[in-house]
Amino acid sequence: MTFWNNPINFIADWLTGLLTGWHLPAALATILVYLIGIIVLVLFAMVLDIGLVWVERKVVARFQDRLGPNRIGPFGLIQPVADIIKMVIKEDITPDGADKVIYNIAPVLAATSVILLWAILPLASTIYGVDLNVGLLYIVAAGALGTLAIIMAGWSSNNKYALLGAFRMVANMISYEVPMVIILLVPTILANTMSIRGITEAQSGMWFGILSPLAFIIFLISAIAELGRAPFDLSEAESEIVAGFHIEYTGMKFGWFYAGELLHAFTFGGFMAILFFGGYGGFFGLEKLPGFTWLNFPLVQMLVFMAKAMFGYWVIMWIKYSMPRIRIDHMLAFNWKFLVPLALVVLVNTAVLNKVLAGLPNWGYVLGMFGSNILIGFVTIEILRAFGRRQRKLEENPTLQAQTQEQVS
Amino acid sequence: MSIPLSWYLILAATLFCIGLYGVLSRKNAIAILLGVELMLNAVNVNLVAFWRYLNPAEMAGQAFAVIVFAVAAAEVAVGLALIISVYRRQKTVVADEIDLMKW
Amino acid sequence: MSAEQILFILVGVVILGSALMVVTTRKLIHAALWLVVTLFGVAVLFTLLRANFLAVIQVVVYIGAIAILFIFAVMLTRREQMEKGRQTRPNWWIPALLGALILTGLVVLILNLPGAERTALALPEGLDPVRALGSALVSPKAYVLPFEVASVLMLAALVGAVYVATVDKK
Repeated sequence: MTFWNNPINFIADWLTGLLTGWHLPAALATILVYLIGIIVLVLFAMVLDIGLVWVERKVVARFQDRLGPNRIGPFGLIQPVADIIKMVIKEDITPDGADKVIYNIAPVLAATSVILLWAILPLASTIYGVDLNVGLLYIVAAGALGTLAIIMAGWSSNNKYALLGAFRMVANMISYEVPMVIILLVPTILANTMSIRGITEAQSGMWFGILSPLAFIIFLISAIAELGRAPFDLSEAESEIVAGFHIEYTGMKFGWFYAGELLHAFTFGGFMAILFFGGYGGFFGLEKLPGFTWLNFPLVQMLVFMAKAMFGYWVIMWIKYSMPRIRIDHMLAFNWKFLVPLALVVLVNTAVLNKVLAGLPNWGYVLGMFGSNILIGFVTIEILRAFGRRQRKLEENPTLQAQTQEQVS
Repeated sequence: MSIPLSWYLILAATLFCIGLYGVLSRKNAIAILLGVELMLNAVNVNLVAFWRYLNPAEMAGQAFAVIVFAVAAAEVAVGLALIISVYRRQKTVVADEIDLMKW
Repeated sequence: MSAEQILFILVGVVILGSALMVVTTRKLIHAALWLVVTLFGVAVLFTLLRANFLAVIQVVVYIGAIAILFIFAVMLTRREQMEKGRQTRPNWWIPALLGALILTGLVVLILNLPGAERTALALPEGLDPVRALGSALVSPKAYVLPFEVASVLMLAALVGAVYVATVDKK
């Protein structure tokens, strides 16, 4: 076990040896090393978050055909530091009649629920926090804590707009958890395990995004709704309810919400990369060939993972800055009447075909899964087109509408 | 040294009694439901502790705990729906004031 | 005192402390949030007992759904004058006495239980609790029938809750 093969365990062993050399009891040394590991992981996530502020502002600027921050530092790289300084020196206001304890805990809980996700995110085959055997459900659990933070923020602000924004956001998030959980079962079936590392290892032959592209699309939509980003950003609709549940938050507390949202988006980009695009591996068997064994090094895998996660984050930003906002009742109808049945169909299809096609050679399996997804997508689009045609005919023809009303009532 | 089974059982018993106190002594109907949730959690802790300490290969304890999860969720949903419906008519959720059906 | 015992005592103090706050605090919103702390403590306890799946399900179902439902219900049925004045009934000492008596009885019973001092053996080799739980819940020789009945129960609860809570549109 050298540093290049297994950096985390190497450093942990060296530190434990050092601490017991200083005559610390072994249990205390282990706990101290674990604490240091946690602090390093959290620091890494937070520093990445600062970089993400720069990425977000540059990308939104380019989508909107302008330059973005380019004055402070080369290419505006020091801009996030200026943002942080601005937020820290702002006045810290607690509104009158607000519930002080809940008001102050809410932003911390919102950011914590995102950092909790980094405990199971594997950056390389030997760089990860913990390998839970129920890793996928842990993602949903951390999302649930985020929902709680939003309700706490909306309620404790003592402000009707905040409460409205919080209600809408929470209704959004708990509705879109249902298709997300159903779709999270698809990689579980394909990889035969719920642990995140197991799913990544199972994709070394073929990406799950190719085996089941519909699952990827549904996960993308549910993830964007969970994040509360456009087009599902009813809670932050600046033109409607003035920033929703974080109206009353100033300075660094708002900074926590904002940074938490960006890190959450990047983390979900990372999860999309892991669940559907091979994560830190997924080289289609290339790493087993001689001459390509350097693909197995943890640092190379980390770079590959970061690149894929950045790509996922970029797709999320692309969708945010290209699409208009969706109304709340349309959002919920879209979820319950379209996404959930589609997710269930995809799940049943994956489960059945996984067993039926198990005997075929690899290319037959891949073709069968991919083809079935294309077929489901085609049938769905045809159903939607027929539905749209009927709606249009009803609206153009008022007498037909009256007849239909009579039939219905 | 590891944790003896009795510690888990005593923790579950204490949680159960605190929930019982909450159910019997609070006026607000929602607060009563909160006490019921504490009792259900105590039962779950008990079940899982027995699963772990007696025979981990036999899944009865965990399966039972999953069923208790489902029942608790269903009960809270219906209970809160009823309370909200009562609040709409009577404008109160204090348990003592919901007494239209008393003789 | 091993690390596990210290951890258990910490978690136990958190659980019991927040449970006491749930049943004694004046504002109902605070009671609901203290319930969230209790539920999280119970999830940590499940992890100590190596029931990882149940721990995560506890957070998802209880904190992510039930606690949020409680908070919504408290917000929708709130009236300012309900939160002044006493929150417990006049003869609150009867339930307290009853609770203390039942607790004493249970503790005596537990301490006299044969085998209550046993410590946990290691999990058997090759046992994957998640996989075993999954097979147990759908295997006809195991618990598929309670599982299916529970799902019918949840369907009934879903329909019932929607019907009861719907406002009549005249």
